[in-house]
This record gives sequence, structure tokens and C-alpha cells, in this order.
Amino acid sequence: MIYFDKVTKIYDDETKALEDISLKVEPNEFISIVGHSGAGKTTLIKMLLVEESPSEGKVFYGSSDIHDMGRSDVNKLRRKIGTIFQDFRLLSHKNVYENIAFAMEAAGKTDEEIESDVPYVLELVGLFDKAYSFPSELSGGEKQRVAIARAIVNQPDVIVADEPTGNLDPANTYEIIQIFKKIHELGTTVILTTHNKGVIDELGKRVITMEDGKIVRDDPTGRYEK
Amino acid sequence: MLWVNIKRIFRTGFVNFLRNGVVSLSAVLVMVVTLFIISSVIFTGALLDHTLENLREKVDVSVNIVTTAIEDEILTLKAQVENLPEVESVKYISADLALEQYKERHKEDQKILAALDELNGNPLGAALNIKAKAPSQYESIQVFLDQNYPAGELGSIIETVNYARKQEAIEKLNLIINAGEQFGIIVTVLFVILSVVITLNTIRLAMFISKDEIRIMNLVGADRSYIKGPFLVAGALYGVVSSLLVLILLYPVTFYIGPKISTLFFDLNLFNYYLQNFGQMFLIIFFSGIFIGAFSSFIAIHQYLKKK
Repeated sequence: MIYFDKVTKIYDDETKALEDISLKVEPNEFISIVGHSGAGKTTLIKMLLVEESPSEGKVFYGSSDIHDMGRSDVNKLRRKIGTIFQDFRLLSHKNVYENIAFAMEAAGKTDEEIESDVPYVLELVGLFDKAYSFPSELSGGEKQRVAIARAIVNQPDVIVADEPTGNLDPANTYEIIQIFKKIHELGTTVILTTHNKGVIDELGKRVITMEDGKIVRDDPTGRYEK
Repeated sequence: MLWVNIKRIFRTGFVNFLRNGVVSLSAVLVMVVTLFIISSVIFTGALLDHTLENLREKVDVSVNIVTTAIEDEILTLKAQVENLPEVESVKYISADLALEQYKERHKEDQKILAALDELNGNPLGAALNIKAKAPSQYESIQVFLDQNYPAGELGSIIETVNYARKQEAIEKLNLIINAGEQFGIIVTVLFVILSVVITLNTIRLAMFISKDEIRIMNLVGADRSYIKGPFLVAGALYGVVSSLLVLILLYPVTFYIGPKISTLFFDLNLFNYYLQNFGQMFLIIFFSGIFIGAFSSFIAIHQYLKKK
């Protein structure tokens, strides 16, 4: 489904963020990518979202080289990938409902679809009663649940979550991980980056460990070994 | 779907305009200044035009006819001069009218009136007041008169032409008019560029605040037009609101300034000018506002959408 083929990323200041990364993600997998800060996890995610281009190598989604795509195809690809970040990245001037509806509008959904699906995902993440609150009125855990609702509302093939629990307390972290497990059970591929040992142990799924831009371990039912 | 997208873009633009209150307010204030500058340029242009028009009206060339000339000869000369392409009008002042005007001008001066009575006749000749279409054309009228009716020569019905005396004033006026028109164009262009740059930078600043939002919109796969649209609508709204404010504010401003400066500019009252030309002013200010706002937003957002 997703294939990183010998990907290397060297930034303008000669920093090597990724080195010769080859990685295959199968449909309906749940992958955790772990590693210290600066290990290259976020750069890997940015490659998949076409926010960064590889210096060498290719990234395939299905059979398409995603860095060879035109702007309109990149937009279509991004609609197939739901993204969740540590800093939530919500639209601050839109309320919860509008933040989720925006992702649907961007995907060209009709008003009727939006009116039926947004309340449904809000119910799913337990934020139905916060539909008209603005991000500044929400707690960290609630913001992350809005981000998850936004990421799943278009029923993407893949959910990419970059340190989604990094800013959350243990209780909220547990809740968010339960939501990811539920999403995965419904048939969505999940790629998660984290350096939270508890999260990895709780999941018991495939773990890829990165160090200095390289994959140093790929464990099918892994644990986080520091 | 296109209609749905347009509807969504407009709705989002309106909502963003209202929710980003402080940013919208600062953009509107800067645009009010911009549109005020454009209005001042229009008013200055009107004052300059009116003044120059009045100065032009005051310039003419007087051809003094010898007292022995008969009226038919004068009327023939008048017709010939009128036929010149440079001439706008020729006013014939008969000897009797000239005398009457002379007496009127000196009605307070008993000595002159007594002297006229003693002469027992009309010492004044008729005159033709010639007005050219443009001040630069007086010289060619003078050339025509010199060639056909050399002043003061035997057989010529023209006694004197006061062109030479007025020549310097005419040339000066000509220079002032040309310089005024060129200066007006340069100032207008400069002010408009300056005001667009100021507005552009303010909107860029507003856009800088939204750069994370633009990034998020990109990440959820929104098309460029769908990201740009609401910003353009908000930019146009800055223009609409500020132009309406300017049009309202111009009423008391011109009401106050108009009568105070009208004496300096041949009685052109800016308040009356504003009311008489309101339709035209409305169109210029309103559409300039929309154009500057939307164009500035377009330029400002462009730099955030360069990346895929």
C-alpha cells in the first residue's frame, strides 16, 4: 500500500534526516514508529504527506510515486490520508463542527453528507456536546479528539498520527489510543509515531525503531526498547 | 458542485471577516486611509482642472480696430478669425459699446468723464476679443493677424494687438498648465501605488497570522482555489466596508472644508462637487476598494501556496 524505496533526505544545511529508508506498509496494518527526537520520524511522515521531497529514493502510494504527482493529485492523496499532530493543528477561527466540516468540504462532500457525518464522528470521539466550541475553549485531550474526528470523517485509507499523545496526560493518552485501536478495527491503516513506551506496550503491534535517520529495528509484534 | 463551492467560499469569507475582528479592523483602517488618498487625488484634480479652466477663460487677445474702420470690414475680419481652427470664440465690441464700458469703468472719475464730453465724439475704436482653444495657440493667431492685417500699418484696420503684452503671461500659464497636468498624473500614480503597497503589507500581515491555517488546509487536501477564495472574499470585504466608511466620512469633511477653500479655487465648493458627482465618486471609491482589497489578498496568499 505504502512503500518507501531507499529514501534519503538531506536538508540544505547538510543535515541528514533520513538515510536509505526502505519500508513497506500493508493495508490495515497498525505501525508504530519510535525513536528519540531527531531520529527522523517526523521527516518520514512529511515525506508521506508530500510536505518534503526525498533527496534520493521514492515514496509510492499504491503504484504511484507520490513526489511525481501534480498538485491536484497530491490534494486527492491527502484526502485519502487522515493526519493528526502533536500540536493538534485545528483552525482556530472555526468551531469544532466547522473544523471537521472543512475537511469534508475540501473533499467535495455535499451539505447533506456533512450534516449527517459530522455529528456521527463527534459522537464517536465523544464531543457531540462541544460541537460549537472553539479550539481555545477545549482541553488538550478534546482538541486531539477533534483532530482525530477531522482525520477520520472522510473515511481515509490511512491515518497518520505524529506524536498524537505528546501533549496529553496519561488518562487522555489512554483514551486517544483506544480511539486509534477502534479506527484500526474498522479497517483503517494506522501509522503512529511516538516515544511513549506505555503506548507501544499497550498496542502490541508492529514497531519500527529509528535512530539517526535509519531504521534499526522492525519488530512485527514489538515493544519499545530504549 | 461549483455553485456549492462558491457559496461555501463566500460564507467562509464573511465568517472569517467577522471572527478575525482585530485583523479586519486594522485592514479596514489602512484601506480607509488608502481610499481617502484616492479621494483627495480626485478632489485635487477637480480643483486643479477648475482653476486652470478659469485661468484659461481669463486669457484672450484684444485686437484694437482703428476708429476709421467701417463695421463691414470689422465683421469680415471677425469672420476670418472665427474660421481659424485654433479659435474658440471671437467677441465683437463695437466702438459705442467700448465707450460705454469705458465710461462705466471710470464712472467715479469725473475728470475723465468731463474730458470725454469735451471731445464731442467717440475716441475709442472697436475691438475684437479673441479666445483660442488652448493657450499655446495664441501665437499662430498672432501670425495670421500679422500676415493679413499688420498692426499699425497704413491700410490695416488693426491698430494694435495686445498679444505681445500678454504673451509672457500666456506662456507662463501654458507652462503651469502643462506642469500641473503632469504633476497631477505623477502624484496620482505615486499615491495609488503607495496606498496599494501599504494595504498589501497590512493584508500580508493578516495573512501571516493565518499561515498555519493555510498549511492545515493544504494538509486536508483542500484545492488552492478553495483555500484562496475566502481570503479574497475577506479582502474584498475590507474594501467594501472601508469604501462605505470613506463615502460617509467625505460628507462632513467636504462640508467643512468646501466653503473654506472655495474662494482660493474660483468658487469651486468641494461639498457641492461631491454631491454633484456622487455617483461617479461612489463607483471609483467602491470598486477601487474591492479591487485593492482582493488584489492585495491575492498577492499576499500567493506566497503561502507556492509549495505543494
